[in-house]
Amino acid sequence: MVRRPSRRARIAQWVFLLAMLGAALFLASNAADNLGRRHLAFGFGYLVNTANFDIPFRLIDFGPDDSYARALLVCVLNTLLVSAMGIVAATLIGLLIGLMRLSSNWLIRNMGLVYIELVRNTPILVQIIFWYVAVLHNLPGPRQSLHLPAGILLNVRGFYLPMPVLGPWGTVTSLFALALLVASPFAARLTIAGKSLGKLALALPVLAVLLFALGVESIDAPSLKGFNISGGVQLPPELAALWAGLSIYSGAFIAEIVRSSVQAVSEGQREAARSIGLKPRLVLSLVVMPQALRMMVPPLTSQYLNLIKSSSLGAAVAYPEIFQIFAGTVLNKSGREIETFAIVMAIFLSINLSVSAAMNAYNRRVMLVTAR
Amino acid sequence: MSEVSTVAPVAGPDPRATSASASLRRMARWLRRNLFNSPGNSFLTVAALVFLALVLPAAWEWAVSQADLWGDSKGACIDKGACWVFVRVRLPVFIFGQYPPSQQWRVLLAFALLVGFAVPALRDGTPHRALWVVLLLTLFPLLAGLLLVGGVAGLPFVDTTLLGGLMLDVVISFVTMAGSLPLGVLLAYGRRSQLAGIRTVSIAFIELWRGVPLLTVLFMAAVLLPLFLPSGVTVDRLLRAMGALVLFNAAYMAEVVRGGLQGVDVEQEEAAQSLGIGWLQTQTLVVLPQAMRIIVPGIINTAVDFFKDTTLVTIVGLSDLLGAVNQALKDPAWLGLAPEGYVFAAVVFFVCCFAMSAYGRSFERRLARGQGR
Repeated sequence: MVRRPSRRARIAQWVFLLAMLGAALFLASNAADNLGRRHLAFGFGYLVNTANFDIPFRLIDFGPDDSYARALLVCVLNTLLVSAMGIVAATLIGLLIGLMRLSSNWLIRNMGLVYIELVRNTPILVQIIFWYVAVLHNLPGPRQSLHLPAGILLNVRGFYLPMPVLGPWGTVTSLFALALLVASPFAARLTIAGKSLGKLALALPVLAVLLFALGVESIDAPSLKGFNISGGVQLPPELAALWAGLSIYSGAFIAEIVRSSVQAVSEGQREAARSIGLKPRLVLSLVVMPQALRMMVPPLTSQYLNLIKSSSLGAAVAYPEIFQIFAGTVLNKSGREIETFAIVMAIFLSINLSVSAAMNAYNRRVMLVTAR
Repeated sequence: MSEVSTVAPVAGPDPRATSASASLRRMARWLRRNLFNSPGNSFLTVAALVFLALVLPAAWEWAVSQADLWGDSKGACIDKGACWVFVRVRLPVFIFGQYPPSQQWRVLLAFALLVGFAVPALRDGTPHRALWVVLLLTLFPLLAGLLLVGGVAGLPFVDTTLLGGLMLDVVISFVTMAGSLPLGVLLAYGRRSQLAGIRTVSIAFIELWRGVPLLTVLFMAAVLLPLFLPSGVTVDRLLRAMGALVLFNAAYMAEVVRGGLQGVDVEQEEAAQSLGIGWLQTQTLVVLPQAMRIIVPGIINTAVDFFKDTTLVTIVGLSDLLGAVNQALKDPAWLGLAPEGYVFAAVVFFVCCFAMSAYGRSFERRLARGQGR
């Protein structure tokens, strides 16, 4: 029922909006006063100044002579790195535990339940600090490194992973491999001469892996040299702790999403599928899962967004992500509180809005007709 | 995978069987049906048992059988397991923070008051239950605040910087809850308003807070807010953090409340209007009470999140339970006891949060039964 707002309501609205505007102006004038007393003018010009600090973990080159703007790029990449790693790991953990919760095996089902309840009811910050201080800092030094499977070394300085070294044609073949990977979900829908490619599309990712392996010349394995580990790629304990905390915590929530989505597929659907003689496995893969996966998308989106926001907790373990470097180091060094906070918030907002837009677009495409 | 377990035909009771062998057979049947109903499941069961056999005894040894509890220094920890002496000695700090020991009875009294107000408010069948809820959210914070901070009625003043430990987590999450619920209701109505200006402001407020990490909001309250206040005006650090948490969580609460408002049938509102009841009364007497009932489980889930999130105040320099543990671990006399400290903090949070979630689930079940669903 649509009713026009009364005259009184509209007047009240204007009074409210004017009061908001007044409050905003009051705060802004206070800020201008306070900045004026410190002889600072509002502006983002300071971003080109030399940073004069180092960032211990980075994906691109950075030195003390570089600018704040480059430091910003370094931290945004670090935030995106841990978020992407967290999203992948949390989804895998969530799927595994969610399927455990759905198992007909009492023991497996309840082990899943214990995991979910333990993890969901403990603060994520406690978990991250626990992994960092209580676990990773108590590991032996480089000389007594733990040898994990696949040539991975683990010691107090973090994980050391073997790294493939690309040969002369490596860049080209890995680019082709990437293109194949990106193309494979689209290829599954492709029809050639009236026939759907379907399962043949599964060959594409396999081909991509083979192509990538072709370009690899040698494998740079970490090994002990003197007092330190050389070779391979180091995963510092800060990143490892944050990654573990984020993915274990979000994984518990994703597991509940998986479980409830599968259970939300109506019983009639299963009965109908069984009554036309489908085997249990086919009921699951052809009828239940396709519907459940579609239902998972919106809640999964908000879990992913939570995970990205929680990556700011890296500040507690000194992982150099956007919050730790900007709201910490840069804020202290430059004294530009308002501008720095505006940048941090704008970056989180834009990462969140783009992930949410991408997931919503995906959701619109796969959404069930009845769910509209 | 979720294969529906086929129900085996139940054999009739055998009159000759003794009750012992009958129960043994019942157990065997249960095992067969729940753990060994297919080769795959049998394999999983065995694998899980092996895993548990590796993990559980080691955990038991560390936490209980090889652990030390008595004594008053690290030297008292002679066994291989956990050194709970540390936690036991530091317990007052973990619970009360730096609150003066001679005044700690005030914290306990405030906690007793909380129980006194919360039990009638949360229990079914209390007469005037709604009134108790309102008292819990208004009168109780007032009394508890006076009791904790003091400075009146002969109670010595206690500076808010001395509040800490688990008590601080409870205080902050309670204030957050009591403040963000009414604000969340207003925002939810604002978001549904037909007045474009109010709707836009509400949506912008909600989405802005929901789009940024809580940590930035807390830091803003700690670092940025003083810049926006007239010079000379200062606000207590704890109050600033609480204000930030209230605003931040109000945005989440608003979405919970909005879900509840959408869950109330439109006919309810129309029926009230056709009786000539005004908008305000329709909302407060008809729509909101029904909406609130639906969203109690949602509110409790949000409250659990608030409670867990209070640990973040550690990063802005307030010393809650996590902060107290962090600090205690830096004491040179107790170095290297991080696992004990953080396991203790995790267990305390787990117990509190699990109890709250369990209440929420039981409420949900009663709600579903009450509505005949």
